[in-house]
Amino acid sequence: MAKYLLLKHYRGAPAPVNNVPMDRWTPEEISAHVQYMNDFAARLEKTGEFVDGQALAPEGMWVRYDGEGRPPVTDGPFAETKDLIAGWMIIDVDSHERAVQLAGELSAAPGAGGKPIHEWLEVRPFLACPPTITE
Amino acid sequence: MDEVLLRSLTPGVLTVLVRRGADFAAAEDAVQDALVEALRVWPADPPRDAKGWLVTVAWRKFLDATRADAARRRREDRVEEEPAPGPAPAVDDTLQLYFLCAHPSLTPASAVALTLRAVGGLTTRQIAQAYLVPEATMAQRISRAKRTVSGVRLDRPGDVATVLRVLYLVFNEGYSGDVDLAAEAIRLTRQLAAAVDHPEAAGLLALMLLHHARRAARTAPDGSLVPLAEQDRGRWDTRLIAEGVAILQAALARDRLGEFQAQAAIAALHADAPTAEETDWVQIVEWYDELTRLTDSPVVRLNRAVAVGEADGPRAGLAALAALDDSLPRHTAVAAYLHERDGDLATAARLYAEAAHKAPNLAERDHLMRQAARLNAR
Repeated sequence: MAKYLLLKHYRGAPAPVNNVPMDRWTPEEISAHVQYMNDFAARLEKTGEFVDGQALAPEGMWVRYDGEGRPPVTDGPFAETKDLIAGWMIIDVDSHERAVQLAGELSAAPGAGGKPIHEWLEVRPFLACPPTITE
Repeated sequence: MDEVLLRSLTPGVLTVLVRRGADFAAAEDAVQDALVEALRVWPADPPRDAKGWLVTVAWRKFLDATRADAARRRREDRVEEEPAPGPAPAVDDTLQLYFLCAHPSLTPASAVALTLRAVGGLTTRQIAQAYLVPEATMAQRISRAKRTVSGVRLDRPGDVATVLRVLYLVFNEGYSGDVDLAAEAIRLTRQLAAAVDHPEAAGLLALMLLHHARRAARTAPDGSLVPLAEQDRGRWDTRLIAEGVAILQAALARDRLGEFQAQAAIAALHADAPTAEETDWVQIVEWYDELTRLTDSPVVRLNRAVAVGEADGPRAGLAALAALDDSLPRHTAVAAYLHERDGDLATAARLYAEAAHKAPNLAERDHLMRQAARLNAR
């Protein structure tokens, strides 16, 4: 078993095939997209592979420590940030192949015209726990 | 109340229900309910006959769950008084449960989860915690696994090797939460080895005991990994080592070698060395040769290269390593170690850092990064 993070980007991923921004879709197309995402998560719960899924607001800021007794320094948000994460799903699957297969299915979520977006998703393995037997 | 003792009764209770005619999935749910009830009630009111209590309560839970109307209720109450004898089991019942829960139609993760619940008696919550997934996900994984094996008949023997593979996974992978998975794997393997006459079951039990013996020495107080050569051998559990060695010797004497016996033999040779310097690497290399013959696994060849490096010097180890695919997990870490032993510290430092980036888990990554830092700071 291994956990993988499927990352969805607002910006920073290569352009998808069906590259129409969401605000140009019809309301029905948006509903169909949301339904697809919900159904996908529900299906993974049923197969016992779902761990977590969350969406992130695009607005964020940078924060850092500024020394003892001082409030943290904040900066941003920066409109030009190249890589902007939109959300994630965490899955717990039997193989890397299965993670790739599921990411492929998630990327088929419908967009404009009800056609798959072919969105690029980033697939990142978790660092696991160390095995006991190593020699 | 001894929770482990309670859980050890699980397979026996479950098989009674199945023998009385309950289907496996419903019986398993009922036993789980009875275990939860026992944990609640027993501390204040312990029963005289623990297994009898569990059978009675589980059977009642089963009836509660399946009873649909009064007519059916009357019928089942009669069954309660006179349990159906069922067909005489051809093979030990507990053993059948192991086969069912490790059935080849299940994925490894499903087989692990089902084994821990139906044979181990762990709750879904405990299993979910051990594998860091939500309880709802684990519950689905288990019920799906039960559906998958629902058509499998319980009256013919399965393949012991698939069961051993599942128990090995339980021992080797998983996080320590509430439940000690390694101890649980040992308990289940011990139970299996007692139920089946199979040298590899004994071999796996020996392997687990010999590795478990080193547990206290394997991690530093700060949680970092301590490599075998640097472990305080005084902290190894000599009782577990003695037991593991005795079980292994009895298995080897039967002359039906398998990969778990060979792995246990390697662990036994390490256990036998009073200091790392006194390790019998020549014999360990011979066991790796046997393992290579048995499994032809690239991981075994990689470990063999380490052993060759100790037996015949780092140059020989590097030569053995050169024959292997460098995309193998831990290949770079082994190369770093052998280069350090060979005195090429610059190359070793670079390879340790590279290996840290490729490490499959946090503990190994931190360990490799420290090795790189140690050499860079010299």
